[in-house]
Amino acid sequence: MIDLYIIKDIVSWALMVAGGIAVVAGAIGLVRFPDFFSRIHAAGVTDTGGAELIIIGMLLQAPDWIVAAKLIFIGVFLFLTSPVATHAVAHAAWMTGFKPMQGPDLRYDGDGK
Amino acid sequence: MGRFIILVIALAALWLLLSGYLDKPLLLAFGAGSVLFAAYLARRAKIIDNDSVPGGLFPGVLLYWVWLGGEIGKANMQVIRQALAVEPKLSPKLFLVPNPPKTSVGMATFANSITLTPGTVSVDLREDAILVHALTEDLADVAAITDMGERIKKIERGA
Repeated sequence: MIDLYIIKDIVSWALMVAGGIAVVAGAIGLVRFPDFFSRIHAAGVTDTGGAELIIIGMLLQAPDWIVAAKLIFIGVFLFLTSPVATHAVAHAAWMTGFKPMQGPDLRYDGDGK
Repeated sequence: MGRFIILVIALAALWLLLSGYLDKPLLLAFGAGSVLFAAYLARRAKIIDNDSVPGGLFPGVLLYWVWLGGEIGKANMQVIRQALAVEPKLSPKLFLVPNPPKTSVGMATFANSITLTPGTVSVDLREDAILVHALTEDLADVAAITDMGERIKKIERGA
């Protein structure tokens, strides 16, 4: 049965590396994207793709069911709470009158604030 | 009363899975006591309603989460491609998604699903529409987002 363990290790490594790539890509996007609203999308990659893939990868390495259950809880609660935080930030920016860049030429509407 | 029982079962399951004490009677009794006390306080504060214990969403919402996971994966690829592209082709856009679910739970699920999908963020909730910001023209797909809302309405009807 040693083969099954190797397959499990390979799958979990692949998931963790993919998650790591998503986290790094999110960080790069956070720096490269032009304005506040587009940067939120890059942060979204980090806390959905990145976090969940790494947690699923760790799930395959869990030594017993209690650790697995806790990892599933972490994943589910991240899944439910991270969009709330993202929306709170975006809504706060919107309510204070901060307008996003729009269109392919990335122009601010109106007074060019 | 139905919701009270659902809340007790959910809290008990959470307690058992987090602690893992299945063969220690004293600790199990303490756990049962704390679960009942928490549920009693929630009842006394009159906060047990469809917002805090949305039992009607299950089990349909579990299948919806799996579907949403697939959508999140696809959207992730698109945003990562833009982030790593030599010349990112961004075309940010604000648009209204009409006719969201009417109940507060449905509305919250819908707005959270939009935000959870990378490339789209719900910015403002209105009576009959949600204001959404998207990163590119491709991601600003009103038809796909409306379809997401229809799925949530179907779950709420118990289908």
